[in-house]
Amino acid sequence: MKKQNNLNNTQNPGQIHDIGIKRGAGRLSREKIASVLEKLIETEGGARLSAYINTCVHCGLCSDACHHYLSRGCDPRFSPAGKVKQTVSTILAKKGKVSPEFIKRTCEIAFTECNLCRRCQLYCPFGIDISYLMLFIRRACHLLGVVPQYIQDTAHSHSATMNQMWVRDDEWIDTLQWQEEEARDEIPDLRIPIDKQGADIFYSVIGPEPKFRPQLIYQMAVIMHAAGADWTLPSAPGWDNSDMCMYTGDVEMTARLKKVHFEAAIGLKNKRIVMGECGHAFRSVYDVGNRLLGWKMPPLPTVHAISFYSELLEEGRIEIDHKFERPVTFHDPCNIVRGRGLHETARYIINRVCKTFIELEPNREHNFCCGAGGGVINCGPPFKTKRVESNKVKADQLAAAREKGAEVVIAPCHNCHGGLEEIIEHYELGMELMFLSDILYECIKKK
Amino acid sequence: MHAIYELAGGFLVWAALVIFAGGTVIRMAWLAATARKKDAAVFHYFSFYYALRSILHWIVPFASRNMRLHPVMTAVTFIFHLCLIITPIFAAAHVILIAESWGGGWWYLPDAAADIMTLTVILGCVFFLIRRISKKDVRYLSTAGDYILLVIVAAPFLSGYWSYHQWSGFEIAGIVHMLSGELLLICIPFTRLFHMILFPFTRGYAGSEFGGMRSARDW
Ligand code: HEM
Ligand code: HEM
Ligand code: SF4
Ligand code: SF4
Repeated sequence: MKKQNNLNNTQNPGQIHDIGIKRGAGRLSREKIASVLEKLIETEGGARLSAYINTCVHCGLCSDACHHYLSRGCDPRFSPAGKVKQTVSTILAKKGKVSPEFIKRTCEIAFTECNLCRRCQLYCPFGIDISYLMLFIRRACHLLGVVPQYIQDTAHSHSATMNQMWVRDDEWIDTLQWQEEEARDEIPDLRIPIDKQGADIFYSVIGPEPKFRPQLIYQMAVIMHAAGADWTLPSAPGWDNSDMCMYTGDVEMTARLKKVHFEAAIGLKNKRIVMGECGHAFRSVYDVGNRLLGWKMPPLPTVHAISFYSELLEEGRIEIDHKFERPVTFHDPCNIVRGRGLHETARYIINRVCKTFIELEPNREHNFCCGAGGGVINCGPPFKTKRVESNKVKADQLAAAREKGAEVVIAPCHNCHGGLEEIIEHYELGMELMFLSDILYECIKKK
Repeated sequence: MHAIYELAGGFLVWAALVIFAGGTVIRMAWLAATARKKDAAVFHYFSFYYALRSILHWIVPFASRNMRLHPVMTAVTFIFHLCLIITPIFAAAHVILIAESWGGGWWYLPDAAADIMTLTVILGCVFFLIRRISKKDVRYLSTAGDYILLVIVAAPFLSGYWSYHQWSGFEIAGIVHMLSGELLLICIPFTRLFHMILFPFTRGYAGSEFGGMRSARDW
């Protein structure tokens, strides 16, 4: 494989220049760090933190779960418990009395060496939640003002605009109308209903859709139209269901974002929320945001696009015109498989629509993360080489499926697309990436 | 020497048992109270059904994928833990001792079985030690405490065996046995050995979130 010789560069701590980390740490003193961390441990470091840290018997059984560890020649610093040792454990042992240099390294580990994919929780006999511990560290970094610049920028966008991509309110509406116009060339009576009171479905997407992939909105409109669905999107903020603040440790913003999203749907008296093909957004709405807002479960039924498509197929509301010819494989995204158990639902759709389906190994709950999730790809170009090198196992896993004939990789998640795209390019795999909606759009009977 | 023997076999047994039980209760109470205050959600998501489902998949040998990926480790750890828990409860010496001092008593292991199980625990500790030193990732994770714990766990088994077989110096081995047994009991609530108590809670909570909230398997 090419670029192998770079491995040592990115493996050595502190080699990557990130202005957010550097400037942030430059403003810190030992005293300031200690006071912030002590307070954090006192207010938020509860029973889970204590139980996880003290139960871990340092057995290393979680190591083989982590793609970072496996991809980097089993370097112990990249094992899940190894990352905990370098960060949380040290901070707790020193009662927060650590140096700005230490915080820089800690920040890099928590933000770029763990995807919060929770695979290791399926390998630790005690079910220790490493992603919880890494999020605790990200929370500390957020409070200390040491966050990689690119992801912090998206967090700023969230707080200023309530969407991830600095999309202005009029740009959002323009995009919807533009996509409606385009689609009407194909299907003359198609509509993209905005602000429809009482519609059955409140459809929400992530900020990057109107910005970079408006065709996904187009495709969804075609599917909705074919199914005769009663759906709508809101004109006001709340249309973006994504959430990078969840990953920067800014829990206050996460709560605000999820509130705006839920309230947009409730305000329109919509009956349920259907979310586009994104994993992290689903985690933020289904698992994280509801907790932060004090609800055990989301306040109105919330489903991922996969569940919605399978419902349409099962009820016969959309019909398959012709099967998808090229052999496909399926990447199970962490946040909707380990995070929601949608693996069989996705396979149901694929088997209905595609001619040949080839499994990745391992798959379902045991699939490897794409390497982009958990906000890691949002830390941007400075870490790109590091990211692809940290996920060689993914490349091997895809290559094995390609050997069996798979030409197309289906990944119903935006983050996964970002990560897999980098991997396919870097390791020259020559496979094509698609969303489920790409396939459905191509294969259903359009009405 | 007789005085130490009396102390180790009398007062210290009680002290160790009280510290073990009291420490366990206090630590669990602290965890529960802290969870109420700072992680209240834990109680809402906890589900007995899914907790049990997950625990079962992790206490039945080879029921989880990771156990199948590490067959040697899985076999050793199951046999080790079984012997570790069963031997002291059913060792003839212990049962007779208890029957004589407090009355009662229960079925006990034949000598040969107890001997084999004791040696198994000792060999298990040696296996874990070698694994800790030879596997790069485990060595990286290891702290001095991890090595000391292995010694603390092995000590009562080694000295008990020694004393029971009346090898030379067995009187001292007997005293060492009682003291090290007491030390082990005292260590449980205050060290990583507490994993014995916390296992059903951490595993059960993971199972609850995965099963109840996320409809996914965690094994
Ligand atoms: C708490 C105080 C303890 C006392 C007073 C005690 C007492 C004894 C005695 C008197 C013997 C028989 C030795 C002989 O015949 O000279 C014995 C054997 C043994 N004890 Fe303990 N013990 C204690 C704790 C423990 C603990 C905590 C463990 C292990 C976890 C343990 C494991 C064993 C084993 C494995 C044997 C030998 C059995 C054999 O080889 O057949 N003991 N103990
Ligand atoms: C019944 C409750 C217990 C459960 C469920 C349990 C479970 C575990 C698990 C899952 C591990 C992780 C590594 C492995 O699989 O070997 C482990 C390691 C270990 N356990 Fe336990 N355990 C229990 C009781 C105990 C007790 C009572 C002791 C000692 C007094 C003990 C001593 C150890 C030691 C020394 C290790 C570390 C091995 C190493 O160094 O890698 N365990 N236990
Ligand atoms: S990347 Fe995934 S497997 Fe690795 S430590 Fe983080 S949560 Fe665990
Ligand atoms: S598998 Fe669990 S107990 Fe073992 S080192 Fe990893 S986190 Fe710790």
